[in-house]
Amino acid sequence: MTAITSPAAAERDRRDPFRATPLTRIGLGVTLVLSIFPIYWMIIIASRTNSDAVDVPPPLLPGGNLGENVRRVLATEDAHFLAGLLNSLVVTSTVTVSVVVISTFAGFAFARLRFRGRKLLLGSILLTMMVPLQQMGVVPLYQLMVDLGWVGSLKAVILPYLLNGFGVFMMTQYTEQAVPEELVEAARVDGASTLRVWWNVILPAVRPGMAVLALQTFMLNWNEFMWPLIVLTPENPTVQVSISFLTAAHSTDYVLIFTGTALSVLPLVVVFLAFGRQIVGGLMEGAVKA
Amino acid sequence: MSVNTQPRRADPAPPERRPRAPRLTWSRFDVKAAPYLLISPYFLLFAVFGLFPLVFTLWVSLRDYGLAGGEATYTGLDNYAALLADADFWNAVVNTIGIFALATVPQLVLALLLANALNKRLRGRLLLRLGVLVPLVTSVVAVAVVFTQLYGRDYGLVNWLLDLLGLDRHIDWQSTRWSSWTAIATMVDWRWTGYNAIIYLAAMQTIPRQLYEAAAIDGASGRRQFWSITLPMIRPTVLFTVFVSTIGGLTLFAEPVMFAGNRMDGGTTGQFQTIAMYIVEQGFRNFDYGYAAAAAWLLFVLILLGVGLNYTLARRIGGSR
Repeated sequence: MTAITSPAAAERDRRDPFRATPLTRIGLGVTLVLSIFPIYWMIIIASRTNSDAVDVPPPLLPGGNLGENVRRVLATEDAHFLAGLLNSLVVTSTVTVSVVVISTFAGFAFARLRFRGRKLLLGSILLTMMVPLQQMGVVPLYQLMVDLGWVGSLKAVILPYLLNGFGVFMMTQYTEQAVPEELVEAARVDGASTLRVWWNVILPAVRPGMAVLALQTFMLNWNEFMWPLIVLTPENPTVQVSISFLTAAHSTDYVLIFTGTALSVLPLVVVFLAFGRQIVGGLMEGAVKA
Repeated sequence: MSVNTQPRRADPAPPERRPRAPRLTWSRFDVKAAPYLLISPYFLLFAVFGLFPLVFTLWVSLRDYGLAGGEATYTGLDNYAALLADADFWNAVVNTIGIFALATVPQLVLALLLANALNKRLRGRLLLRLGVLVPLVTSVVAVAVVFTQLYGRDYGLVNWLLDLLGLDRHIDWQSTRWSSWTAIATMVDWRWTGYNAIIYLAAMQTIPRQLYEAAAIDGASGRRQFWSITLPMIRPTVLFTVFVSTIGGLTLFAEPVMFAGNRMDGGTTGQFQTIAMYIVEQGFRNFDYGYAAAAAWLLFVLILLGVGLNYTLARRIGGSR
């Protein structure tokens, strides 16, 4: 490998192994455009008319119809769009906070505490992550919700999603990586209780991991579609279910569908900007430490 | 070996035995019980929303069981035998594996390259990192709505671009196997590549800088450093993403459903019907839940096989260097 590299290039690498080549910059530029374009285009269509949407070549600049389109979406009676937005907000926030707390607790125990059955229990979580509960558990879960009288209630959407093996696994890994064993031992020698160790040693160190998990849980749950469609009533939907009603009832009205879709993405963008900085900040902080 | 002439140091006096404080008892209880308390919320949830549905599904799969709540007659392994002889089921298996391979391999390779690029010293890297995560912000439904439009036969942007490049412009993306697989794979890749890159980047940033500096002094090229330092060091993370995307890929559902216009059949000849769609079709369209449950268990077996295979492969790739 070294033989291929020119001496000049090797010299540059020696000076700075983290130098970005022009190829790197171009590649990143292209990736950025590809990442953002579909969303940009969605917003363009949301601001136009139906005849614009099927234009060839397609329009690439915004039109003046956004306000009118948003009004049409909110006025579509069978979609209950506002209710859907609010419900998604409630469900997703509740699930996110709970999953992060549950996962941070369990991750701490699995990564830095010793107890009988630790390996077996962690292994069982890995195993259950392979189970497509979404596909396998729909009818049993539906029957459970009927028995509990929760059909149509947000509880029926919130509770099953608190079960998140990925979160536990991720926080276990993250805790192992971010918290040296000696740090926990030192706190123990000082007489700190388990809860105190969690609060004073673990929490500060795993915060970036928590932010990533929170963002991801929020995204995943905001996007849930099949289960809310089954267990909620049409009058009390989540936002994805609202979009599906919009799509089903107005299948050729692209602009209406695109506007609804854009609106459903908007809260995610807001949350992403708030959480995203924190994540990237956490990553940078890690880089400084290394 | 020299003879030790020094007078032997006296053993330290045994520590004074302190009276047993109640605090000690509490801390012993704390050490023993706290781990179980900390993991108990997860396992309680698991019992109700994980184990129960699984066992119930197994029970159902051994029966002729309709959703309407009719009698559930025990039929043994009949559902499984019928499935294994069902050409539509195998069609779904082939589609699922095909789309999975077409999506996952480029996705993880691209994510590695992207993470390596993002790990360089760059201006505006916060913006870049946020930028590659943008696709994650859209919902699966939104991605499918937008991409289905992009892949439209008559007014689609992709065909228009192909036309600009002087290529065949009227591809009916949904009509054939390879084109529909490609379209769905790009939806998956568009959404998840940046996410995987950020996960890799996080792992890359834990690699001590000195390793690279030492390697550079030894004359190792950037590429050599990537293969000999970066990849081995982030191997656990690579394994983890392989694991997650295998499960995600084999249970693929929303994208092909939306691509088929909110139907479960996966196109006119089922050219992109996945196993998950097949399960929902059997359970909620044909109301044969016993059959659907058996298919769900076969899907589970396939996932176990897939995870095992990929794990072995990925471990070999990372470990050989």
